[in-house]
Amino acid sequence: MRSLTPFRRPEPVRRGDPAPSRMAYRMQRLALTPAVRRAFTLGVPAFAVAVIGGLTFASPDRRAGLAAWVTEAREAIGSREAFLVHDLQVAGASADMRADIVAKLGLEMPVSSFELDLEGLRARVLELDAVDRAALRVRPGGVLDVEVAERVPALLWRERGGLTALDGSGNRVRTVAARAERADLPLVTGRGADRAAGEALALVDAAGPLADRLRGLVRIGERRWDVVLSEGQKIKLPAEDAVDALERVLSVNAAQGLFDRDVVLVDMRLPRRPTVRLHPDAARDLRQVKLTELGDD
Amino acid sequence: MFDLYRSQRAMRAMRQTALQRGHVAILDVGTSKIACLVLAVDGATPPGDGVGHMAGGSSFRIVGAAVTRSRGMRFGEIEAMHETERAIRTVVQGAQKAAQVRVDHVIAAISGGEARSYGVAGETDLGGEAVEEQDVARVLAACEVPDFGEGREVLHAQPVNFALDHRSGMNDPRGQVGERLACDMHMLTVESHVVQNLIHCIRRCDLELAGLASAAYASGLASLVEDERELGAACIDMGGGATGISVFWRKHLIYADAVPMGGDQITGDIAKCLQVPLATAERLKTLHGGAVATSMDDGDMIPLGGDSGDWERDRRTVSRAELIGIMRPRIEEILDEVRTRLDAAGFETLPSQAIVATGGGSQIPGLDTLAPQFFGQQIRVGRPRRVAGLPEKATGAAFSGAVGLCLFAADPQDEWWDFEIPAATYPARSLRRAFRWFKDNW
Repeated sequence: MRSLTPFRRPEPVRRGDPAPSRMAYRMQRLALTPAVRRAFTLGVPAFAVAVIGGLTFASPDRRAGLAAWVTEAREAIGSREAFLVHDLQVAGASADMRADIVAKLGLEMPVSSFELDLEGLRARVLELDAVDRAALRVRPGGVLDVEVAERVPALLWRERGGLTALDGSGNRVRTVAARAERADLPLVTGRGADRAAGEALALVDAAGPLADRLRGLVRIGERRWDVVLSEGQKIKLPAEDAVDALERVLSVNAAQGLFDRDVVLVDMRLPRRPTVRLHPDAARDLRQVKLTELGDD
Repeated sequence: MFDLYRSQRAMRAMRQTALQRGHVAILDVGTSKIACLVLAVDGATPPGDGVGHMAGGSSFRIVGAAVTRSRGMRFGEIEAMHETERAIRTVVQGAQKAAQVRVDHVIAAISGGEARSYGVAGETDLGGEAVEEQDVARVLAACEVPDFGEGREVLHAQPVNFALDHRSGMNDPRGQVGERLACDMHMLTVESHVVQNLIHCIRRCDLELAGLASAAYASGLASLVEDERELGAACIDMGGGATGISVFWRKHLIYADAVPMGGDQITGDIAKCLQVPLATAERLKTLHGGAVATSMDDGDMIPLGGDSGDWERDRRTVSRAELIGIMRPRIEEILDEVRTRLDAAGFETLPSQAIVATGGGSQIPGLDTLAPQFFGQQIRVGRPRRVAGLPEKATGAAFSGAVGLCLFAADPQDEWWDFEIPAATYPARSLRRAFRWFKDNW
């Protein structure tokens, strides 16, 4: 029998229109527009971060706090044992120069290796005249290695102020108090002698046969050299091919004993017209001899 | 006529813009379903024909697809515009969501609108010189446009054949020398209000129309293989509200038509005969329907279901043979009408007469047994060509039109409006002729 209570049908589910409304459709199209998408995926987060950051650091207290925290953290990390430099080792330098280098660097050990400006330190080491090359590195174990190559003095340069040692290319090495201190080095003088140091050394080399009589070289007019020998003898050399000219003089000397005679000056400034000047006494004597031999002129 | 020329050219320009932007939507507005595919186009199509080219099929990829039940459509035409607009909105939104891109350009198909085909011919004088682009434009302009009546619009106007003097059957006469250039053009017209309604609907969805194609043509593009299109074939697109016919020969569409009957009529028959709602009738048709009954089907009882509250009514059953008996006359009517249209078009004169059925209606079991009684030959049930990115759901015969539109969008055939409007070049031409006369005689 059919039940007397009325059969209740379930209320059918009224689904709405599946179609999006015009507004929803347009909004979705707007959201899919590339510019809008980029603005939402990049622009909005970036803006939010900027706003949060800006608001946070608007107060000077917070800024100062952050700066302090950063400094503290840097120091905490920099002062760890692993980053500290305790020792300075200088290699390739003489004892007094080592002291110079250490004084020049002026480092207070221990120092954090983050604070070492190796390029700057190297430049400071190179400021020393006697240093030719320098290499700095921090070795594991907290040692700052300084490797230097010293300049070797090759010449003594007498200036108005005093004596200076120069190396082969004319760089200052150090000041020398007295000639006797480095009697082994040849002496040069005259303005600009340091810039022609190479030529000077070549001349000294070439003047080997006269080494015991060589007193020094004089730079004349920053242009050419005079070779000064003992007893006031002098060789004036041309500005160019000075070594050749000197060798010619030396070969004459070797053949005829030029400088054993009463010669004061050999002038080679015009290579095609070498001139020899006698001592005035010798010249007068020679003239007397000629007069007596040949009769009155 | 030139108005249409301009609007079609504007549409072509729009298509170019869409391809440059890289995304274009395909909208197949049918009577039973509306499909929208979003294509991502990369412009790197190698020029010319060949495997790499794949008739344009290699230059795009489907990145979003959506289907919805069609609303407000009848016989392939828009009947309730707001309903259709909502359906289009639904499907476009779904496809955009799947693709995660916004599309602004749409290429749509028209299945209704009482399509009519015209073959038109024209010829022009060349004066013994090589054919140039201008000459092609002139011969196309010289085609005599038939009087297709008020309120109709040209949908396709494709040159299908060029003849130079006595040589016919040329695809591309440019560069050849002759005296007279003649051309045959296939022109397809539809009711202009159908086009206007569709354009209006698409505009209301904030979209721009970048191309229009006949749905029958698009189905043929997707489901006919290249040989069939070359040798002669007909494609029967059995849709919901209309059955489209397109005949191809030498790779050109030479005839298109539509029978305003389809799957919806079959569903209606079932609903009327069995006194069931349309939704139930549709379910019966798709799950149990067929075209040819066998003795097995007599005993195959199908419950009709229903929740009317009347116990007797809700527990009716129908045998499958009865269901087939209801469906078959309508299928026969459709096929008969198609046969008539094909006969009228002179289909039997084609060298090869392959017939390919596609569209949702072609999936009725037994159709391939029934159809030979009307066409006198086997038919093939065609599915759309595979294109990159097509979802599995959309590979069925019902999506021939949509896939064909993709191919149409990627690689459209040259139409009349793709050539320049012929300038009045007569003076230049006569000057050139005078110059040549001088050169020849002096």
